[in-house]
Parts: sequence; structure tokens; C-alpha cells
Amino acid sequence: MKSSVITFPGSNCDRDMDVALKKFGFKNKMVWHDDTELPTSDLIVLPGGFSYGDYLRCGSMASKSKIMKSVINFANSGGMVMGICNGFQILVETGLVPGVLLRNKYLEFICKNIFVKINNKTNNYFNNIKNDVLEFHIAHNEGNYFCTKDQLKEIEDNEQVAINYCDENGKIEEQFNPNGSIKNIAGIFNKEKNVLGMMPHPERMIDNCLSGEDGSIFFNNLINNLK
Amino acid sequence: MKISVVITLKKDVLDPQGKVIHQTLDGMGFNDVNEVRQGKYFEIDTKEDNPKKAKNKVEEMCKKLLANLVIENYKIVDLK
Repeated sequence: MKSSVITFPGSNCDRDMDVALKKFGFKNKMVWHDDTELPTSDLIVLPGGFSYGDYLRCGSMASKSKIMKSVINFANSGGMVMGICNGFQILVETGLVPGVLLRNKYLEFICKNIFVKINNKTNNYFNNIKNDVLEFHIAHNEGNYFCTKDQLKEIEDNEQVAINYCDENGKIEEQFNPNGSIKNIAGIFNKEKNVLGMMPHPERMIDNCLSGEDGSIFFNNLINNLK
Repeated sequence: MKISVVITLKKDVLDPQGKVIHQTLDGMGFNDVNEVRQGKYFEIDTKEDNPKKAKNKVEEMCKKLLANLVIENYKIVDLK
């Protein structure tokens, strides 16, 4: 399976993602934002970081960079595109997934492990995964997911919510919402479920020497789904 | 032409920064403030000297980049 990670000026989780993808069997290539063509890929990843210094709005500049035209075409033709953290912010700015990510409710930069409940397994990202709850890591200042009432209805009607913040038993309550996101939303799909944007970083949970192994469950499952 | 644009958050969008500024103003003794909403201000100097065309171009810039219309409104406040 082939993957590509896009590096924008200010990306800082691109190499972590490269290490994670390779560890679980992807042949990964790094792609510079100023390139125009994507290598043949089964999965494109927009990594975390602070693309363009978060100027204007997080992800807004990166969403207009040269390579994104190819990424948008790839996604619109059914290709798998996953945006993590800043990558999620870039995805919302392209309009590939609905909504926006606002400043965290309590204005803090949050950096900690959290639990997420998988809301929808009828897609290539979470299909066949045995766990209902995964422990991931978040590190963000703008992760407060927001959308209009009409958008929320559409998202829920189309089962586009991918994961919600919860406790270790999968209980989704306001007290387990780290950043003020509507309905504890931590990640969403596009309508077709080939594009996934999420704030948590699975690539930071691929080794017990780091902070856990639940990212390994996610990546192992992902590559098996794509085979 | 120089065009000035103000971008503000829509009414129903939470503005935590505006809230904190409001609280701070309150703490400083400015107790008659009802609400503070933070926004952005842009000055765009363009080669276009036809006011109507310049205005249209800037509106397009607002829709495509300067504002995110899910949460923000834009307003052209000056044109000269």
C-alpha cells in the first residue's frame, strides 16, 4: 500500500506520520506543498503542525497551496484523504469536510491523552476494528469543532461523525469534552466517508515507549482495510 | 484604490477571546460594557481604480480567503 504525506511550511508532525505509516507497512512518500502532482497513492495524509504559522485562520493558507488542487481532485474521485489536527483544519478550509475549528473554549493550548469513541465503522478507516474506544493524544489550540445547525443535521443524517471525545468506557459527556466541540465531535467524514478529518494524533500512540499503543490498532486496521 | 474590510464573527458563534477582553475591561472598571466581539481588519491596496470593479474583486477575496463564511461576516467599510 502506498501513502503520501504532504509537508507544508510549518508542518511538524509530518515525519512522525511518515514513521507511523512505514511501521505498519505503507510505502510512504513525502510531498512538498509547492508540488503539483501527487505520487500514485492509496492514502494521502495532511499532517499536524502550524502550516503558514496559522496566519489568518488555521489551515486557510495551506488549503490554497498548489498541491491541494491535486489532493481535492483525488478526494473527489474517491481517494482516501486523512487530515490530522492541522490537517483537519486544512480539510475544513477546503470544504472537503463541513464545519470549522474554532479557538478552544477555555483559550488554552491542550496537550494530553484523551479517549474517543468510534461512532461509525462503515468506512475504510474504522471497519473491522474491534475496539469501540481508543486512547489518542491531542495537542491543539483550535480544535473546537463548530458548524451551523443545518450542517449538524446533515452531518448526523449522513452519519458523518467519525469519533467523539468520551471517557475510557465510551461515555460521551460534556465533562469529557476538552475544547468545547459541538456534541464532543473529535473527527468527521465527508459524505462518502473517504475523507476523514480528526484532531487526535494516532501517530503519537504507536509505541509503548511513547504514550500508548492504540494508534497501532488504528494503523494496522487501516492498512488491512486498504489491502 | 485602497479598500478596507472588517471581518466579524457571526452572532451565534462563541467568541472566547471577546469574552475574556470583556471580563478584563470589567475588571479595569469599564463596567458598562454589554459585550465585546473581536474581529479582523484588512487594508487592501489594489491597482484597480474602478470602484465598482475593485469592490467586486475584494468581495471575491473575502468569500474565497479572507473570511470563512460558516462563522464570519465581512463588510467593506472604506473605499478610496
